[in-house]
Amino acid sequence: MNKLSLPGLLLLVIKRDLLLAMRRRADVLTTLVFFVMVVSLFPLGIGPEQEILRKIAPGVVWVAALLASMLSLGRMFSADYLDGTLEQMLLVPQSLSMLVLGKIAAHWMLSGLPLVLIAPALGLQFDMSAQALWVLIAALLLGTPVLSMIGAIGAALTLGLRGGGVLVSLLVLPLCIPVLIFGAGAVEAVSSGMSVISHLSLLGAILMLSLVFTPWVTAQALRISME
Amino acid sequence: MAINWFKYSAPSTFYGLAGRLVPWFAWPAALLFCIGLYVGFFVAPSDVVQGEAYRIIFIHVPASILSMFIYLIMAGYAALGLIFNTRLSAMMATALAPTGALFALISLWTGALWGKPMWGAWWVWDARLTSELILLFLYLGFIALQASIDDPRRADRAGALLAIVGSVNVPIIYFSVKWWNTLHQGSTIKFTGTSMHIAMQQAMFTMLLACWLYVIAVSLVRVRSIILERERNNQWVTELAEVKR
Amino acid sequence: MSWAEFFAMKGYGFYIWGSYGVTLLVLLIEVALVRHKRKITLQQLRQMHAAGDEE
Repeated sequence: MNKLSLPGLLLLVIKRDLLLAMRRRADVLTTLVFFVMVVSLFPLGIGPEQEILRKIAPGVVWVAALLASMLSLGRMFSADYLDGTLEQMLLVPQSLSMLVLGKIAAHWMLSGLPLVLIAPALGLQFDMSAQALWVLIAALLLGTPVLSMIGAIGAALTLGLRGGGVLVSLLVLPLCIPVLIFGAGAVEAVSSGMSVISHLSLLGAILMLSLVFTPWVTAQALRISME
Repeated sequence: MAINWFKYSAPSTFYGLAGRLVPWFAWPAALLFCIGLYVGFFVAPSDVVQGEAYRIIFIHVPASILSMFIYLIMAGYAALGLIFNTRLSAMMATALAPTGALFALISLWTGALWGKPMWGAWWVWDARLTSELILLFLYLGFIALQASIDDPRRADRAGALLAIVGSVNVPIIYFSVKWWNTLHQGSTIKFTGTSMHIAMQQAMFTMLLACWLYVIAVSLVRVRSIILERERNNQWVTELAEVKR
Repeated sequence: MSWAEFFAMKGYGFYIWGSYGVTLLVLLIEVALVRHKRKITLQQLRQMHAAGDEE
């Protein structure tokens, strides 16, 4: 165990979390169904005019993705917290940030990646062009990991609190606004014939920044919540 | 000259100091409010473009500036509390948050009342108004997080971490909202260039100073209550004149 | 300039006094709340103190 390298540790945590999730597949599906449902509700509320739907599609998909990723945040640490695994994790000699990064990666694979994969189908509901769909996928691929990372901070801070589910959305949603703006903006830009490079590179920059800082911040938050 | 700054970071010492300081901030604040309003309404001329409606600026701009400034101060105290483990800094952060949220609210309210006659709409998704709204959300998140944690030490530290993350995010949020706004051809209130009359400037700065003193006075009173609550089992609290009475 | 004219603010009276009125109200409420909290805290402390003395 002591000889475990950092990438090895990362893989181990991801594998473990994925395995645990596979035993409770319903959880993953619930998030996905929620996402599909929210997106499908908008045409019912707004009306079937394709002109309008095409215009609101990027925003709708992004807001729904934001809400869907909030749903599963509560689960990121709570199971480990309740059965005492988290306390053990704080004690291991390896870097806690790396462990946290592993958990974030697993969370993204379970709640972010499915959204990315299903999003094109939803885009078709809104009559989006093929080019716009590709940009939507790229933007979601860059943006949804950031949602998981920022969400991890909120999940760690609200660990074990009453009303944690609503509270975590209250903390995390305002911080996710830049991702929403650049993500939806990229798709809108391609629809109006502008370059998407600036939007996507800004999303990429946010992703890199979060990748560097959020695991460490989340680790600190966990220590604060667990002492 | 060596001053022991940490002397006043002990809640027991600071409690007395804060009590003595409050009147020195509260009364000048009241006086400056009166002066600022007098200059703003009776000395400053009406604006060429906006007529009388611009007079909302004397409360709107100070409230907006302070709501952002208070968040930074709050995050600063929070960071101090985390780094040096001083309980008092965390208490100051907690005491500042409600007032900061209040100023964000005032800024939004006065912004809407200014927007109606100028833009013809109560709310416009202008970059600054939108950022102010998000700032209000950040304050509410901070307050809600601290309110839902029972253990004061965890509440302090969790709130501090959130405030720091929020303050790092504020510039990113502001930039992204501004970018979003320019792409969507939003409108902005533009004051008529640099031609602000000298009396207008004086009124605005007086009001800014008044609001700042008000914030200090109110948060000092609030932090005194927090200190008493937290330290209620300590010897020095039970020996206070106002408690013994 | 009469007072009526002053309060009318050339038609912008509602917006201007709406801004300043609500701001004043909100600040007064905050001051009242902060003072009330201090009163309550001191009361609780005195009760605790009294209860401690009786024991």
